[in-house]
Amino acid sequence: MITNRQYCTFFLDDQCFGLDVLQVQEIVRGQPLTPVPLAHPSVRGLINLRGQIVTAIDLRERLALPPRPRDQQPVNVVVQTDDGAVSLLVDEIGDVLEVTEQQFERPPETLRGAARDLIQGVYKLADRLLVILDPKLIVSLPTARHG
Amino acid sequence: MSNSEILREFLLETQENLALLDSDLVTLEQHPTDKNTLAQVFRTFHSVKGTAGFMGLVQLQAVAHSAESLLSKLRAGELRFDPTIATALLQVVDAIRELLASIESSGGEGSADFSALIAEVDRLREAAASEASVTRPAERAPSLPPPAIEEMSGPPLIAPPMIVPAARPQTTVAQFPGPPPAGFASPSAVTLVAPDAEAIADPPAATSSEIRSTSVADSSIRVDVGLLDKLMTLMGELVLARNQILRSSAAVEEGGFLDAVQRLNRLTTELQASVMKTRMQPIGNVLSKFPRVVRDLALACGKQVRFEIEGQDTELDKTLLEAIRDPLTHLVRNAIDHGIESPELRKSRGKPEEGRLKVVARHEGGKVIVEITDDGGGIDTDRVRDKAVTAKLVSPEDAARMSRQEILRLIFLPGFSTAERVTQFSGRGVGMDVVRTNIERIGGTVDIESPPGLGTTIRTKIPLTLAIIPALIIVSGGQRYAIPQVSLLELVRLDAAQTLIGIERLHGVPVYRLRGTLLPLVFLDEQLQLAATRGAADDLNIIILHADDRPFGLVVDAIRDTEEIVVKPLQNQLKGISVFAGAAIMGDGRVALVLDVLGIAQRAHVLSNARSRVRGEQELPAAPPTNEGQTLLLFAPRGGGQMAIPLSQVARLEEFPRGSIEHLGDRQVVPYRGEILPLVDVSQALESLRSGGPARRTDRSGEASDSVAVVVYTAGDQRIGLIVGRILDIVHDQIAARSRANRPGVLFTAIVQNKVTEFLDVAAIVREVTTDLLSGTSSPMTRIQHS
Repeated sequence: MITNRQYCTFFLDDQCFGLDVLQVQEIVRGQPLTPVPLAHPSVRGLINLRGQIVTAIDLRERLALPPRPRDQQPVNVVVQTDDGAVSLLVDEIGDVLEVTEQQFERPPETLRGAARDLIQGVYKLADRLLVILDPKLIVSLPTARHG
Repeated sequence: MSNSEILREFLLETQENLALLDSDLVTLEQHPTDKNTLAQVFRTFHSVKGTAGFMGLVQLQAVAHSAESLLSKLRAGELRFDPTIATALLQVVDAIRELLASIESSGGEGSADFSALIAEVDRLREAAASEASVTRPAERAPSLPPPAIEEMSGPPLIAPPMIVPAARPQTTVAQFPGPPPAGFASPSAVTLVAPDAEAIADPPAATSSEIRSTSVADSSIRVDVGLLDKLMTLMGELVLARNQILRSSAAVEEGGFLDAVQRLNRLTTELQASVMKTRMQPIGNVLSKFPRVVRDLALACGKQVRFEIEGQDTELDKTLLEAIRDPLTHLVRNAIDHGIESPELRKSRGKPEEGRLKVVARHEGGKVIVEITDDGGGIDTDRVRDKAVTAKLVSPEDAARMSRQEILRLIFLPGFSTAERVTQFSGRGVGMDVVRTNIERIGGTVDIESPPGLGTTIRTKIPLTLAIIPALIIVSGGQRYAIPQVSLLELVRLDAAQTLIGIERLHGVPVYRLRGTLLPLVFLDEQLQLAATRGAADDLNIIILHADDRPFGLVVDAIRDTEEIVVKPLQNQLKGISVFAGAAIMGDGRVALVLDVLGIAQRAHVLSNARSRVRGEQELPAAPPTNEGQTLLLFAPRGGGQMAIPLSQVARLEEFPRGSIEHLGDRQVVPYRGEILPLVDVSQALESLRSGGPARRTDRSGEASDSVAVVVYTAGDQRIGLIVGRILDIVHDQIAARSRANRPGVLFTAIVQNKVTEFLDVAAIVREVTTDLLSGTSSPMTRIQHS
């Protein structure tokens, strides 16, 4: 079936989000982060991904969700972008889900704020909603002009 | 081997040969009887012709053939090599380049018509033949396509292929007696006689792949640059992995393992050196182009230039070599176009008619120095100053105060050009600033020396390689940062007691005195907006850095050690942060940010714009301005600190009882010698200059003194009294160390009588007040932007 798509799912503040599985490179845990002063608040730092230096963006911050509890270690979802790999920090990883086109719906008009532009749509699963994010827009932060 | 592979190989090899042809032909022009070079040139044309015929490239074959025929006459001694022939042959080289470029890009020879050129070359050859037939009537000129194979059978060509060393100890090119003979410029050949000189100098087909040896020697192979780049990246990773292992091996006791680690260490170091070497290329690869550039340009400008190259063997990284090609070419062109005078002018100045242009390359202190020296008229600083003022690059006041060296550096500002006319070659106003930017982008520097009338030397310093750099690791706000060691001057550590004495404040700006020089201090944690982790009782670590020749002190929490790092660029999300040059993976596998010293200096306003960069020169401790010392009036403004006015600007010192001062609206005046003397409160004026608003009237009722010290200053026919606070002293001092002012109304800061002293910009203060008189408010135009 052409219309069936697979999504890598993960959790942020107990909500379920998904990214196209083809764009997710890998999942990494427990990477030491080097913070970058003066950067966009979403940038949590830099990680060393086998010799490659990768920017880590906190999805909670990016989606204007409440900050992660201090004792909770984030998980890196590394996505491929035009500018190389970028890591997205999430709370916990879920399964890879296959969904059908019938379950899809555009984001409701009442959805406002920072998250509005970053959400491609919603899949209505049996027990919950799966929010699909646009990786391209998520990694393109407004250019920091602090320097 | 497929057809396209053969074609590629042919293109590559021919392009290499063409690069040599340029310099060989110029050498021949000087030594017309040099048989070896002649044979070499002949052979090159011959092989181009042969391969072109084989590949079915008709135009290329015809062009190469005409040159070959002419050369066979030269080789036989029937014709003497002269500048006319050189010009024609060089044009053949250009034609071949054009054809090759077309073949490379489109696969075909294109539509360019070279029949005029061929006719011209044939004419030169025929001229030889008819000449020969006059002197030796028995011999007949050969009919058109002479059998090349027979020509080849002469003894000199049977000899094994000769390798012409690309790096000759010294190449001299001389004597271009004016423009090419008129006879050559026949109407049919006009377009070829006056080709676009830019195109000659930067032939599109002359691509990056010249390798030193002319022959495809068995001992060398061609390697794709991309592969070398990859090797270099991997090497960087290996060095880091080695560092990681070295670090963790400290905890291991087992002897065998430690031995292995040591061996790994040694091998990696050696491997690193070898891999670096694969990328090293002699600078001669770039310099060998210059004889031709010089020749063409000198000819076009009607100048005589003797060109010398030294140190062609000096090696540097291929990437850097590519990066300096254009800047160096530009500098060489400038030297001929603007530097060396016309023969007549040189004669009238008592110099030999032939100018000298010298390019010297050498290693020095881990850098490559390239000096370009001409013995021309030097840079006319008055003209530079005028141009800079006309182009509004500096204000007339600033320009008037500049030293010779500062004025020289003005030519590096964007938009500067002194060329009276825009020539084909230079004078478009995009020159020296581009040179400077390009050199600085690869971590190099440009300096200029020009003693009046004695020519100009431009010295560029270029790092050997970019890939792996030594860096100092420091800590600030609990995080590690790397500082490239090239920017590092020295480290200073102050204990708590020294900190109290050593750090002075100039209107809230911290400065430190380093051997008598005032050094602005920048706190890294402040700049990066980190939480300060430094206690008041902690030692202070100051890293003395130079950004753009401007030294400043960077205060950090701790200094670790030096490490070799591979700087990697930051991703797009972090591109806008100018204080970071990139990031690097450290020995422990963690990432550390690499600081951009220039970016930090700019962020901290240690240097802010082009103007302050030029001014920065005067702040270097090395060369104090040529003053024999001057007499200064020292005073203490109400805001605190010490200020100075040169006594030469002071007409009189007066003391007025406070009661005699009268108020006229916002202004204060005092009767003085039958006139009304307007008074300016220096402290207030400084405040108003800074804030931009009119001077506030401050409540001075609390002041103890009953009298006011006033410096009477004469501006034109107007007298003005400056209320200076307390007059301290009049001293005679040499102002050894100056530092840039940090607020408007101050010219510069220096140490006088062992105290940090600000030099009052009287002119600015007076301007502020005189516009005040005219308009009633202070005009923003009178404000001087120092930062």
